[in-house]
Amino acid sequence: MADKITFPVEASHIMMFARAVGDYNPVYHDAEAAKKTDAGGIIAPPSFAQAVAQFDPDYHLRLHKGKKWFGSAKGPSGIEGKPASSGGLHAEQHYEYIRPLRPGDVLSVEIKPGKTWEKESKRAGKLTFRERIVEYRDQNGELVMIARGVGVTTERPVDQG
Amino acid sequence: MALKASQLKVGDTHSEIVVENLSRTQIVMYAGASGDYNPLHSDEVYTTQAAGYPSVFAHGMLTMGLTGKMLTNYVGDGRLTKFGVRFTNQVWPGDTLTSTATVAELREENGQKLVDLTLSTKNQDGKEVVSGSATARIDP
Repeated sequence: MADKITFPVEASHIMMFARAVGDYNPVYHDAEAAKKTDAGGIIAPPSFAQAVAQFDPDYHLRLHKGKKWFGSAKGPSGIEGKPASSGGLHAEQHYEYIRPLRPGDVLSVEIKPGKTWEKESKRAGKLTFRERIVEYRDQNGELVMIARGVGVTTERPVDQG
Repeated sequence: MALKASQLKVGDTHSEIVVENLSRTQIVMYAGASGDYNPLHSDEVYTTQAAGYPSVFAHGMLTMGLTGKMLTNYVGDGRLTKFGVRFTNQVWPGDTLTSTATVAELREENGQKLVDLTLSTKNQDGKEVVSGSATARIDP
């Protein structure tokens, strides 16, 4: 993942994201209706910042030109001998909001590594946790939001029993 | 509509069914919007045959988004100051999820009334898939 990303916030992207989380609140897609709400215009839903991945040039969970993809194609994985883990699962996500994100914002996003720790689990073997702090600043240089994510890599797929 | 401190008390709850019979298409929509195309969420062949899971499963962040819908329906638009979750169990196609916010504390910071909430999203078997907390600005 890149450590600095420019994230333009766009109305159509907010609309698609809100639909994807099944949220049909007009404040996310109807500019006229949104004007009459508390928010005073279209805003992004609270977990929208996750979509910064779209603007990360190195994001590993989409196709890249000339790079083999590990999902299925002719065979179950496009990469022979690819280990079962795709690089981890999401364990925690925390947001602090200074103000809501709005269409037209152009965010400067800075990603900083946080703590790393390990834990033993009955359901998935050794777990390795990695924290990441992401700061979002707007076009005026003002901090608008801070995200703290924790990812976990497991020794084996999580047992469903 | 914003919540009013004068009309809330610790222990009050708000619950919503945030998804019924979760479809694979909803998961694909989330992949497209968020940009997270991890095949574990949309590629049944990879997930069952290469990764060893019984089926594709939802992005944790989709469940956070669904939980957030309940939260903003309750506290109002643009009112959150904090929202955090832990993903405690996987969410599978066919799941029906219910999210609940419970008032944990009512307080004031620099003249602004705030409510602290604990959050829980459970599946149709009563298993918790997300636990969390949030803080929102409320009216007096």
